[in-house]
Parts: sequence; C-alpha cells; structure tokens
Amino acid sequence: MTNLEKYKMAFVKGLELEIDFVKSGLAYSEIENWDSVAHMNLVAEIEETFDIMLDTEDIIDFSSYDKGIEILSKYDIVIE
Amino acid sequence: MERREELFGHKAFDLDKKEKREYYGDILQQLCVRHYEGCAEYKNLMDFMSFDISKKHEIEDYPFIPVRMFKEMELCSVPRNQVVKTMTSSGTTGQQVSKIFLDKTTSVNQSKVLMKITTDMLGGQRFPMLVIDSKNVIKDRKMFSARGAGILGFSMLGRDTTYALDENMRLDVEGVKAFLQRHKDETILLFGFTFIIWEHFYKVLKASEEKLDMSNGILLHGGGFKKLIEEAVDNDTYKERLNQVCGINRVCNYYGMVEQTGSIYMECECGRLHTSNYSDIIIRDPKDFSVCPIGRQGLIQLISVLPDSYPGYSILSEDIGELIGEDDCPCGRYGKTFKIIGRIKKAEVRGCSDTYEKR
Repeated sequence: MTNLEKYKMAFVKGLELEIDFVKSGLAYSEIENWDSVAHMNLVAEIEETFDIMLDTEDIIDFSSYDKGIEILSKYDIVIE
Repeated sequence: MERREELFGHKAFDLDKKEKREYYGDILQQLCVRHYEGCAEYKNLMDFMSFDISKKHEIEDYPFIPVRMFKEMELCSVPRNQVVKTMTSSGTTGQQVSKIFLDKTTSVNQSKVLMKITTDMLGGQRFPMLVIDSKNVIKDRKMFSARGAGILGFSMLGRDTTYALDENMRLDVEGVKAFLQRHKDETILLFGFTFIIWEHFYKVLKASEEKLDMSNGILLHGGGFKKLIEEAVDNDTYKERLNQVCGINRVCNYYGMVEQTGSIYMECECGRLHTSNYSDIIIRDPKDFSVCPIGRQGLIQLISVLPDSYPGYSILSEDIGELIGEDDCPCGRYGKTFKIIGRIKKAEVRGCSDTYEKR
C-alpha cells in the first residue's frame, strides 16, 4: 500500500467512513462521523499506521484531511 | 478576537496581574458585546441592569450570571445550526441539568487551552492514560455529560487510553494489570472524577487483597469533594489514602465547571489551585456581592475568555472559596491561587437567585 492508501484507510477505520468520502475537503465536525470521539480513534489509527506519536498540539490542529497531510510531513511522512 | 489570539500565543501562566488586566479589559468587552448581540436573554439582562456595553470596564465590574441560569434557560449566542456539540452538567441530586451549546471555535479553543494548562502543570509529553471510569459514559455522541466531556477532553493528552471500569462500573483488575505491565517503566496518567475514583477504585482496592503498583503515576481528578464530605475526606486525606492502596505519589486536583470547560484551575506542586491566563476568579461576599480580599471566604465567580457560543464568560458559582495569593505562589507560576471550602447552603443559594431576579 502507498502512504496515500494507508492514510485513507486510517480515515475509513477511525471515522467509520466509506472510502469514497475520504478525500480533500473532508473536515472535522462537518460530517457526523467525525466528532470528538471519532477524532481520537482517527488519531490512534494514524499513529498505529505510521508508527508515530503525534504531539498534543498536532492532535488539536488535525482538523481536516488536507491539514493532516501537512502535519504528517512534519513527521517525515509524505502522502502523495 | 485578535487580543485573545495573542493570549493563546502565551504560555499558560506567564502574565502578571497588570498585563492580564490589560488583556481582559479588551477581551471581556468584546465578549460582552458578542453575547449582547447574539443572545436575546443576555441582552435583556444587560439592559435590565443598565450595563453600558459600549465602554471598557474593570474585570470586577462585568456582570456575572448565576450558574443556575444555564439550568433554567437555554442560553445560546449563535444560530443553532452552528452548534456542533451540546454538553450537560451531571446534575447531582435530581436537579435540572445545565445545557451548554458549543460552536466549532469554542470547542477547539477549549481543547487548546486545556492542553496548554495541563502540559504546563504535568509536562509536555503524552502519557499512557488510564481512565478510572466506564467507556459507556461517552456512548451518546451528540449529548455529552460533563463526565464524558472531561474524559474526551483529557484523552488528547494521553495515549493507549484504557478504561479501568467495565460497563457496570466494576474495576477491571486484569485490564488494569495488563495496562501497568505494558507501561511499567513509564510515567502513566490516571484520570477520573473525584467521587468515582473514591467509590469504584479506592474502596474496591482497599477491600481487596490486590496490590497495584502505581508509584510511577500521576492521578488527575476533578468534580469536587461534595459527596465525600460525609466521609470526612478532604484533599489531603484523599491523597494519603490513594497512596496507601496503589502507591501513587502525585495526585493533582482540578476545579472547573461544564459551563466553562477548558479553562480549568489546576493544583500545582504546592497544592494550590491556580488561575491561568485564560481564566480568573473573584471571591464575592454572599450578602452584598462585594469583592472579598485575600483570605476571606465568599462565593466564587469564574471568568473565562473562551465562551463564544453561549454567554458564560462570567458566572457566579454556588461554591465557597478563598484566595490564597496573587502572582506569589512558590511554584513560580503567575495568577491567583485559591482553595475551595465547600458549597453554599441551599437556602442561601435560593436567596441569591431571588435577589437577582428581582433586580
């Protein structure tokens, strides 16, 4: 799997979403599935998938699909 | 809210009283205008009190609304379609519960500030976290109780978040042991509510033969001691007894309300509760609501710079407290320090609410 596929799968599992919904523009609290409970599930999925530990600040800033890609680049994970 | 954004750029406890007053002069005025324009009930109240919202006031002069108003009315300052989360107070003895409406900005700012305060007090990294509660509390995802909101808010500070109680609120000893085994050489964070930890963790461990070693743990708890008063358990006794059953050395209490989630008041290493840059405390005489000096007991008024979506930036609690000092805590953090004495008697609360309604 490419990093992009892994990234999308983390959303599918963490937010219990259909893969078709996982794309640029997806944002926290704008869909029902991405609420504060699901957010922590998503964080856990991302951390497990890429074997990293996000800083608390990044967990709060991880507010959209696109923002997440930007944040992961700080951890040397390139999603493309 | 540029001035508030500036405040978020600061560390949590680095402003002295003069600097803080300057910030609050601007921010409280903006908040007051915001709620005046957004919330009809708040506007009525300000008009009724003839409060001049067009000019800056001192912190002490902003009106406070009794916390019970959130129980009696649905107070909201944004259109309902902007509300992303509704929180409710736990409502102890069959009372009505408060309803607090959060928009996205308020909700995100609550998390930000909670993180800033907690990392300053406990350190920056995310600790393996054991929640002394049941996962059931966060089941209903649209309506959060104060308990659920607290657990979720704090879970951002943890990792490998594990629940110590099962769905029937029974201690899952095996689960806890496995958690301790996984993190035996790390600092762990235990989080829960004062009374629940006492009933479902402390008492169970005390009655059993189990010996858990949590000497590498930090226990963070809030929610108040009011239910423990009958058993004569105060903050010091609580620490001592918990240490006896699981060897925990650092027990840290916090004071806060669902009406002002995020900007909590945490206990420092010196055992004092602190205001941060994002909140303030004013002690008021229950008879005439005048400001009490350091060392005199009174009703606690809480100020928070966070509430945008509901008019809760300045509220009067039903708790009695006392200021210990300001900008002079031996721990080195700025801000006011205080302690909680207890809760005001029922009759007195009613009296104060009546006074308010008749004004």
